[in-house]
Amino acid sequence: MRRVRWNAPLILGLTATAVLIVIAIIAPWVWGERAEQTDYSATHQSASAAHWFGTDLFGRDVFARTMVATRPTLLMAFAAMLIASVGGIIAGSVIWVSGPRVREIGQRVIDILISYPSVLFALVIAAILQPGAVTSVVAIGLATCPAFARLTTNLAASVATRDFVSTSRLLGVGPLRLLRRHILPNIAEPLLVLMSVAFTISLKALTGLSVLGVGLQAPAYDWGSLLAKGLEGIYVNAWPALGPSIAIVVAGLAGGFIGDGLAAAANPASSRRVPKRTMKAALAAASASVPGAPPLLRGDEVVPAEDVGVVAVRGLSVVMADGTRLVDEVSFTVGEGEIVGVVGESGSGKSLTAMALARLLAEGLRAEANQLSVAGHNLLGRPPREKLAKDIGIVYQDPASSFNPTMKVGSQLTETLRVHGGVSRGKAAARAIEQLTLARVSRPELRIKQHPHELSGGMRQRAMIASALLTSPKLLIADEPTTALDVTVQADVLRLLREANTRDGVTILLISHDIGVVSAICDRVLVMYAGRIAEELSVEDLRAGNARHPYTRALLAATPKVTETSGELAPIPGRPPQPAQRPSGCAFAPRCPLAQDVCVEERPALMRIGTGAAACHALTWQPVGVQ
Amino acid sequence: MRSPWFRFIVRRLIGLAGVLIVLVAGTFLMVQLIPGDPAQLVAGPNAAPEQVTHVRETLGLDQPLWNQFTDYTRGILSADLGNSFATGEPVSKVIASRLPFTAQLAFASIVLVLLISVPLGMAIAVACQGGRRRWLDSAFTGATSFFGAIPEYVFGVLLIFIFAVSLGLLPNSGAATVSAMILPVAAVSVGPVCTLARIVRRETTVVLAQDYMRTARGRRLRPLRLYTRHALPNLLTSTLTLGGLILASLLGGTIIVEFIFNWPGLGTRIISAIVSRDYPVIQGVVLVVGLLAAVINLLVDVVLGLTDARTLSGKAGTR
Repeated sequence: MRRVRWNAPLILGLTATAVLIVIAIIAPWVWGERAEQTDYSATHQSASAAHWFGTDLFGRDVFARTMVATRPTLLMAFAAMLIASVGGIIAGSVIWVSGPRVREIGQRVIDILISYPSVLFALVIAAILQPGAVTSVVAIGLATCPAFARLTTNLAASVATRDFVSTSRLLGVGPLRLLRRHILPNIAEPLLVLMSVAFTISLKALTGLSVLGVGLQAPAYDWGSLLAKGLEGIYVNAWPALGPSIAIVVAGLAGGFIGDGLAAAANPASSRRVPKRTMKAALAAASASVPGAPPLLRGDEVVPAEDVGVVAVRGLSVVMADGTRLVDEVSFTVGEGEIVGVVGESGSGKSLTAMALARLLAEGLRAEANQLSVAGHNLLGRPPREKLAKDIGIVYQDPASSFNPTMKVGSQLTETLRVHGGVSRGKAAARAIEQLTLARVSRPELRIKQHPHELSGGMRQRAMIASALLTSPKLLIADEPTTALDVTVQADVLRLLREANTRDGVTILLISHDIGVVSAICDRVLVMYAGRIAEELSVEDLRAGNARHPYTRALLAATPKVTETSGELAPIPGRPPQPAQRPSGCAFAPRCPLAQDVCVEERPALMRIGTGAAACHALTWQPVGVQ
Repeated sequence: MRSPWFRFIVRRLIGLAGVLIVLVAGTFLMVQLIPGDPAQLVAGPNAAPEQVTHVRETLGLDQPLWNQFTDYTRGILSADLGNSFATGEPVSKVIASRLPFTAQLAFASIVLVLLISVPLGMAIAVACQGGRRRWLDSAFTGATSFFGAIPEYVFGVLLIFIFAVSLGLLPNSGAATVSAMILPVAAVSVGPVCTLARIVRRETTVVLAQDYMRTARGRRLRPLRLYTRHALPNLLTSTLTLGGLILASLLGGTIIVEFIFNWPGLGTRIISAIVSRDYPVIQGVVLVVGLLAAVINLLVDVVLGLTDARTLSGKAGTR
């Protein structure tokens, strides 16, 4: 068992429960006499120092009676909880151990029972047996059984899919032994939480039965029957009703707090949620220009207006809330009609760069830049949303999760046109069909009326591309558009992108971890490493193997080529540094075969070499272009 | 290719028939399960032997079990649920006069619960996105667990004390006026509102982190459209799958609350029937409330089918 993680609700709940238990034990001795003492000279009194909860119509002290009623109330609730949990666990286990057909039917029956109000179920049992303490306990216990049984089967089913259970099953362990040795021990903890919840439910329901007059019968009394009696005279004096109400609320809160506390203790991560993308994300390095080297694309400069093109980025950083830079001072431009690829390992910051350009960073991440001009909009300001929606088209990585499952494909494709373009539903649909045809989606008239789950993966990604092109965007950002697809579909999707570029002249920024994908359709390639641009080169240089940066060369060496029948693939030794542990020098230095002292000490700046650029110290001591 | 709705309706009708069979068998067995001699119990401990025999004959308890069951089933199918022992009234008439009040209370509460909990849970989830406004999150969790821990009958008592006794604003019992409905509906709704709002808050957080929400943000939609058109249907799927049970169990809450507010519905009637051992009435009410619960479940599934077509085929809640 893990150590209990104490938290405020848990401590509060346990303390209150302990106090209630103590009261239940000592109450008959301490308050027993007072609870029965009638005083006709002091009937229907309000709360006072002498009578904390006032007096009832016989002048009896309501506080004393409430305290005395604690014992029967708690005992009955505890007994009902035992029946519910034991019965539920047995029923759930039996259903689970039985064959698949019995299990199916059993679960259906439990579902029906659960959907039936348990109070009514308890009332029926109370009607069959004589009303009284035992009847109430049995009634509430049985009425809570189905919920317990279902949770047991659910928990058992979730444990049963784990590896060690399948292994045991393969080894021929029978279902009974499986249940006893593997399943029950693993669901003990959630069942414990459940029992504390069941106790609260039982207490509420039992008291409810007594309120209705079909629970504990006079002369015995619990909180519920006190409440019912108090309710009768509430206009004369509210205290006989309020007193037991306070007790019921305190007990209910104690149970609720224990439930909340146990749940929080079992799942401490739930309170501090960090976006998943952030956790996965990237590495970084800071920028410092090397004296003497000709600096290129400096982050603090601004691209002159006539050279801006479709994308002009200067000194773009993506920063976490704690100041960690996941993308660190990246600068580049994309010209009109160009296809520019961004490659790098996962965590290199390439997708974050793309999302910063699309203004779609996850919650908790923020983009900083000296210049961030995309599709004619200054993203550092507040560009009008309808223009932004139309001018930037985006193709996401996973077509299965990027379409809204509850909306028809057509409405999703045409939403920007309809909402921001004021195009009518019919005209928008016609254009969607047209665009889907261009994207080679079969039977487009049918597809727009279907839901995403009715389309195949490749078809969904083609529809996504059609969706992005529907508004004739100035820039198409494709974030790993082929990663989630079958190899056979990948080439098809790349061809579509290329076609859109030649047909409509749309500018494309293609993000990929696959250097093969990038070299297939791009004009120019940016290689990212640890949140920075390591190299920028033309696709001709890339294909010819004319890479300058040692990282790019290592990447190429690690990629198989179809044209080469033999040849060793060289994996890159080591791993990229975590953002928090980035070195003061070149981030690639620890893995670089050429690294010298200067690489560890100083960060290299991007230097122009031929038609490209690279950030590497080795270029200053090595003749350019020599392989 | 047939419409998925056709198969949905067929499947649900089969399910409803199943529930009906369970209910009929259950209410029939109810009388059989009474320990000792049911006739003696119904006639009372001091009844003469002739009286007991008479009761046995009117109840048909002298017949073979199977005959009793077919008689009982035949009666139900022709809407004849027998007569009340206590008043002699036909049970079907009792139910006809009482059901509208219970249905009114239950459906008003369900509508109120949904109208409050869904926007509230969504608003909290949106406001606390990415760990912002920790205080609001804690206040929400604290308030919902506090009010959620208070049983509906205690709420009823407190509401009567505050609004009827102390302020004299609203009636504490009966169903004569519309204002008489306010307190019972409030008492029934508070608990389910708390539970459901917490579920909605959790599910909204999950939905907001989905890829398709980023796609929708990429279309630069206004927040209202983003949350109602894109997030709401998705979180309704998971919320209602979990919360449908809460809505059905809300019927149980109405039974107790009816009693507290002296509301002339099925709840108050079944209590008096249990006290006077009026078995035909008990059987009838149990049958009708059970059907009502099944209808609520069906409505929930229809809403699910409308918001998310995937649930029609029974593959609900995949994300």
